[in-house]
Amino acid sequence: MTSLAQGESVLAVDVGGATTRAVLFDIVEGAYRFVASGSAASTAEAPFRDVSAGARAAITDLQTLTGRSFLDADGRLITPSQADGSGVDALVSTLSAGPTLRTVVLGLLSEVSLASGRRLAETSYTRIVDSVGIDDPRQADQQIDELIRLQPDAVIIVGGADGGASRSVQKIIEPIGLSSYLLAPEKRPAVLFAGNQRLQVEVKELLGSVVPSLRVGPNVRPSLELEDLQPAARELASLYLDVRKRQLQGVEQLESWSQGTLLPTAYAQARMLRFLGRVYGGARGAVLGVDLGASAAVVTAGFKSGVTLKVYPQFGLGEDLPGLLQYASLEDILRWSPLDISAGALRDFLYQKSLYPSSVAVTTDEQALAQAVARQALFLAMQKARRDFPAEVRTPRPGLLPYFEPIIASGAAFGDAPTPAHGLLLLLDGIQPVGIATIIFDRNNLLPLLGAAAEYNCALPVQVLDSGAFESLGTVVSLHGAAAAGSTIARARLVYENGAEAMADIKAGNLELLPLPHGQNAKLAITPRHGVNAGFGPGKAGVLTISGGTMGVVFDGRGRPLNLPNDPGRRRELLKKWLWTVGG
Amino acid sequence: MALAPVHHILPLATIVRERRLPVKGTVRAYAGQKVAAADVVAEATWSREHIFLDVARILGIPAAAADRLIRVKQGDEVPLGLVIARGGGLLPKRVKIPRAGRVVASGGGQILIEAGESRLELRAGLSGMVKELIPDRGVVIETSGALVQGVWGNGRIDNGGMINLADRPDVVLTPARLDVSMRGSILVCGQLRDAETLRAAAEVPVRGLIVGSIYPSLLPLAAEMRFPIVVTDGFGTLPMNSAAFRLLSTNDKREVTLNAEAFDRYSGLRPEVIIPLPFDKRPPEPRNVEAFAPGQTVRVRRQPAAGMIGTVAVLPGGLSTFPGGLRAPGAEVRLENGQQMLIPLVNLEVVG
Repeated sequence: MTSLAQGESVLAVDVGGATTRAVLFDIVEGAYRFVASGSAASTAEAPFRDVSAGARAAITDLQTLTGRSFLDADGRLITPSQADGSGVDALVSTLSAGPTLRTVVLGLLSEVSLASGRRLAETSYTRIVDSVGIDDPRQADQQIDELIRLQPDAVIIVGGADGGASRSVQKIIEPIGLSSYLLAPEKRPAVLFAGNQRLQVEVKELLGSVVPSLRVGPNVRPSLELEDLQPAARELASLYLDVRKRQLQGVEQLESWSQGTLLPTAYAQARMLRFLGRVYGGARGAVLGVDLGASAAVVTAGFKSGVTLKVYPQFGLGEDLPGLLQYASLEDILRWSPLDISAGALRDFLYQKSLYPSSVAVTTDEQALAQAVARQALFLAMQKARRDFPAEVRTPRPGLLPYFEPIIASGAAFGDAPTPAHGLLLLLDGIQPVGIATIIFDRNNLLPLLGAAAEYNCALPVQVLDSGAFESLGTVVSLHGAAAAGSTIARARLVYENGAEAMADIKAGNLELLPLPHGQNAKLAITPRHGVNAGFGPGKAGVLTISGGTMGVVFDGRGRPLNLPNDPGRRRELLKKWLWTVGG
Repeated sequence: MALAPVHHILPLATIVRERRLPVKGTVRAYAGQKVAAADVVAEATWSREHIFLDVARILGIPAAAADRLIRVKQGDEVPLGLVIARGGGLLPKRVKIPRAGRVVASGGGQILIEAGESRLELRAGLSGMVKELIPDRGVVIETSGALVQGVWGNGRIDNGGMINLADRPDVVLTPARLDVSMRGSILVCGQLRDAETLRAAAEVPVRGLIVGSIYPSLLPLAAEMRFPIVVTDGFGTLPMNSAAFRLLSTNDKREVTLNAEAFDRYSGLRPEVIIPLPFDKRPPEPRNVEAFAPGQTVRVRRQPAAGMIGTVAVLPGGLSTFPGGLRAPGAEVRLENGQQMLIPLVNLEVVG
């Protein structure tokens, strides 16, 4: 792998479950800029079954938009860039297309290593179909039969402290080797071992010759007290790509174009959040990224101490959509709908949408359903993810999120929202942030591509982030604290750069807006009522400089957690009122 | 040029289908052989269960020592109770076979036995000619006829005479429409909405059902039915699309193959109805990839015209704005009811 020198043009390709995007980054006025983005339907599925076809189509779309040629007449990438302006100097790519990896986790104690194994699995596009611990009641031969029946795509083996006892780990590995031996070669699972490091050689001897791909990573649980997922997550990302290469044509082509540095999309996104977390995740908290698309709901939180990456295919809005009903009832989802729609219509919607993940809602009813489903999926993903945020991260109150600044949203759920106001409310209802946060919409899904590009050139992501390539929806102030509905819970004063002022009385249960256009800054002073927290502590006033955006400044006085009225009529009226308030 | 997914509803085409065993087996057909849907083209035996004996652990000796004591080797048939290893000492421990089977692996002081052998027969599934053999796995069969693809299937396959019970594509199948004269037939109707109808169809018994839509709540029961069920359009109360309904209606009483293969978007396997038809000249194979173009027949995937058939009138290019604010590439589609509507390309599939 060679590092990009400063000034080289970079083409970035993201192959998603429904859409493939090709993005051009190039030097404009001395710094890297996002130039343009082309897109095409992804082609992982039949009849194409070749992700490179969608990548070429997206690059062709980009060629049309930019007037530059990146592919020659035979569809080959032109590299490096030529004197006539054609070609690019490098290509980076990310991938999330393809079926969720059916994964078996093996460990020792269910509350210790197995729990770590499950958390490791959640850093990639996996679905755990079985887990086996040392206390598993099944005999070895029953485990073998179950593994043959399940035919998992991947197996994650964890367990044992470094240098600790090894016999128990050996025992749980045996059924994997034997079941793999009995399966046809094309059906054998790829295996990641991230347990007791003393067993690495033995694991390689036992499994190396029978499984198609064996990755050995650092122990996720080097001691009973310590869990470190990140090094093993890197190995799992590689394992994910190993499986994809076997499942989907064109992945090797993509890897070859990107000189071996193809990354899973979620992993690449986490890399950027890790960087942003180090930069911004200081005194005010952390950085949050949420990507809600067809493949999965991905929650990435960058803290000063590291990044928490959570990939939930079960909350994706594509082919697995009916599975959402295992985690939420139809009524749970319908509580978010401003329209009176029957539970049966919602069920039909979920199943029909799962047939055509890339299709979009165009009728008012379907848009209301799509937004309601997205809210519930995001809500569930956040509730699940926050349980694994680092213990040292403080929240303003138990059960609430930490302060996040900024919050970056991406994915089809936001891109397909009818208006920015719909997207913003989806984010506020699904995440329920606290305090003061800038809300950024990554319309072109640049974040993971920047994460992939960082592998080559660390200046590129920094310069593109600074260039305004992301759409700021504005600043949201989310208040919480006990108050009667309709009572004033805070007063806000916004002083614009030209000296003009705007005031807002924020009432419990309401949303309020003050205009602050893109490119403008203003000084915001908030004085909350006793016991109400606007991000400075209960009852504490504060002043800070904020930036403008599409929606301006949004004050969310609906409280945390957000409680919706039980009466369906009243609830729907309230949802309509909130949407109307923010301009939807 | 926007690539378009293709949904096959064809009055006459050459249909080539792979039939494959899930495990290694023996192919019983030959290239060029004419086969009927019920003919066995390949078979295999496979074992549902395995028995793992850790001889070294049982005898409390090192693996290498256990290997020396084990008296069976890979491939040996082993009867129930056979002593395969005996320890040392005055009262030696013996390791016996707990269940008859065959040794599939031996080493490291352990043996693995497969037991509970089952026989698997792979039927042709459709009448036609064996075009190609897949060594140890199955065959490729070619036939010609009408083809209607669906969106959901319950994994079964069968063939029989087809009876259309609907005079319109939205007719709901009810127990009252079923009678004993339909025994062994494949029935066509618009919608399936209740469990009683499914149970009544099983009691007739029918050989299969082809419906436009099904209530999602019925899917678990439909999956359990012993006869194939193919859903052509989707879930809820969608009528059968007019192209499929017309094609099935005009082939009423013909012999059809119903392969209710579960829809797999990655492999391309789809539930389908194949109606073998005679031909003078080999008809073309269906095209699987198209680019959207004016004049194409399309099927609408989502509301407000879900399931309707239309013709692409105009492809405006670029992004179109839809009611509610969404911006996406679209097409002006002239629907069969005469209405012209702007529809996102991602909500369309080419019929052909």
